[in-house]
Amino acid sequence: MSDIQFWTLIFIFLSFTVYIGIAWRSRVKETAGFYVAGQGIPTVANGAAVAADWMSAASFISMAGLIAFLGYDGAIYLMGWTGGYVLLALLLAPYLRKWGKFTVPEFVGDRYSELVRTIAAGAAILISFTYVVGQMRGGGIVFSRFLNMPVAGGVGVAAAIIFTYAVLGGMKGITWTQVAQYTVLITAYLIPAAAISQTFTSFPIPQITFGQVLDELNALSIEFGLNSYTQPFTERPQLDIFLVTMALMIGTAGLPHVIIRFYTTKSVRGARYSAFWALLFIALLYSTAPAVGAFAKFNILEGLGGTAVDELPDWVENWEATGLVIINPEADTIESISNRAADGADITVDNDILVLANPEIAGLPAPVVGLVAAGGMAAAMSTAAGLLLVISSSASHDFYFRRIKKGDATEREKLLVGRLAMAGAVVIAVIGGINPPAFVAQVVAFAFGLAASSFFPIIVLGIFWKRCNAKGAAAGMVSGLAFTATYMIWSLYISPGSTVFGISPEGIGTVGALVNFAVAIGVSRATPAPPAQLMEFIEEMRYPAASRRIAPPTADQAPETELGGA
Amino acid sequence: MQRRRAAVASIRLTGLPVDVWWEETRVSETTEGKDPDNGWREEYWKRNLRLMAILLAIWFTVSFVFGILLVEQLNQIVIAGFPLGFWFAQQGSIYVFVVLILVYAKRMDRLDIEFGVDERDQNGDRL
Repeated sequence: MSDIQFWTLIFIFLSFTVYIGIAWRSRVKETAGFYVAGQGIPTVANGAAVAADWMSAASFISMAGLIAFLGYDGAIYLMGWTGGYVLLALLLAPYLRKWGKFTVPEFVGDRYSELVRTIAAGAAILISFTYVVGQMRGGGIVFSRFLNMPVAGGVGVAAAIIFTYAVLGGMKGITWTQVAQYTVLITAYLIPAAAISQTFTSFPIPQITFGQVLDELNALSIEFGLNSYTQPFTERPQLDIFLVTMALMIGTAGLPHVIIRFYTTKSVRGARYSAFWALLFIALLYSTAPAVGAFAKFNILEGLGGTAVDELPDWVENWEATGLVIINPEADTIESISNRAADGADITVDNDILVLANPEIAGLPAPVVGLVAAGGMAAAMSTAAGLLLVISSSASHDFYFRRIKKGDATEREKLLVGRLAMAGAVVIAVIGGINPPAFVAQVVAFAFGLAASSFFPIIVLGIFWKRCNAKGAAAGMVSGLAFTATYMIWSLYISPGSTVFGISPEGIGTVGALVNFAVAIGVSRATPAPPAQLMEFIEEMRYPAASRRIAPPTADQAPETELGGA
Repeated sequence: MQRRRAAVASIRLTGLPVDVWWEETRVSETTEGKDPDNGWREEYWKRNLRLMAILLAIWFTVSFVFGILLVEQLNQIVIAGFPLGFWFAQQGSIYVFVVLILVYAKRMDRLDIEFGVDERDQNGDRL
């Protein structure tokens, strides 16, 4: 066993012992605790849990590498996956918390109708499911790469562990486990990044220092047949950058596994602060990622470019074994570098290895490599657990409890159905993770586009426009979804590569959301307004406290204004 | 707790039992338009919407305007090695997003207190 394998095993074993220990300690028996953790989670902890839930294997493992090869255009992920939290905090989270139900379908079901609830529950399951397959795969790859295990075995081990603590602990277990996972993943991300920044610029804060290498990086990129690093719109046209960024933002705000976390806070105020803490924790990683990308790209170009093939550094050989670094057999010295095998460059480096290989590239000791592997696992596990919970709650609560039993089911029954749904989801996710459909990457784009064009518009309208009714919401959601899915299928399968105005399938969700808004408003206007009682419920949702306190007799007696209602 | 004791003491001065004072200072639950005064609601909501509009305008400006629409012009300015448009797209907008949410939460805290709709537990502590 190599040093790296030894340390990987140690860190993964230690961190998983902690996760399962936490899940065991906070196991729950009631449905409320299972789904929303009894609404007793402190805001900082909830924020860290949201951050871990949100940052998946894609954020941790792939994003910096993608940015390294996209240059400026990588900003779509950086802005798109953070800007959505502003929308969440300002437009959705506080109001949904005040409404106080378990799931997103639950909200639209109460606000609109049973039909809308069913459509939403179906969409929530579909979106969460496409996501969870990717996480299983990510977890499986980390295991297999560092432990020399076949991917199938890795996926199986990962699934068994996630299932154990998700089923055992429910939301409460998951929340506290995710706090631990956030700690592991952020530590694992920041240590190598700081070390690399220190090596290059003698200052350990990468966010500040990576500007110093940009000039040279631009020059090197051009020299090796790549686009200038900071030059905008090299990979996508400006319009598409705009639309993809927007689609990722509103998709983020519409993702059911993110929204559900804001129900776990104590109060409306807590929901606002949870969003703040969540984005702060996410920003720690997201502001570091572009620096990691730039340094890694610089390192690769400078370290490999012009080097004879038999004199390449050790890490190249280590990673060549995984098939993720490919050296063109005809090359003698490295004169061109790419991340796509089809380019036929002298050396092809896969996006996904940059973060995992970073400690080796920077010459950091084996324990750091082990820590990074544990961080990647934490990112994949935490997201998968959150997604499983959404699948389970949508299946048991929105389908079984509401539709099949028509509200007539005991607590035990509901919990059992929830756990069974989770088990079913895990089994299918494992199969999906072992034999991923060829289109996994596109499926993720699907998930965001579909969330953007289905949930976001009707939830926002439901809160801010009392006049919006069930018919409008149903029509809006169906037309937004249909429009988006049709364009995606057309652009990806029916006539691959063709677009309208250069809008990519990833960006079409923005247009789909506009379609949803327009149809929902149009149909609502043409049909009767919602009942007065419902309008009053919507009105109530807008004010945090259950009832209003009138200012005390004398205004300058400050302490009295501080005394409030239950 | 200090605060609560002071508050209870000053209520005692009014000669009413705490519980009664308590009930009397609360507006009854509103039902189907029977609320005596809905003016505060409109005012609260309007101020909430105004704050939201300002913050969302900033959100749009730093990301979509500075980071995407005007990126080429701003890239002419270079600070500490960063072309400015590039910096907004990959760093600046993220920092601004974090600050925007914090400002919203803080401002809404104040607005809630001002309109008496802040949430409290039985001890009168803020939730």
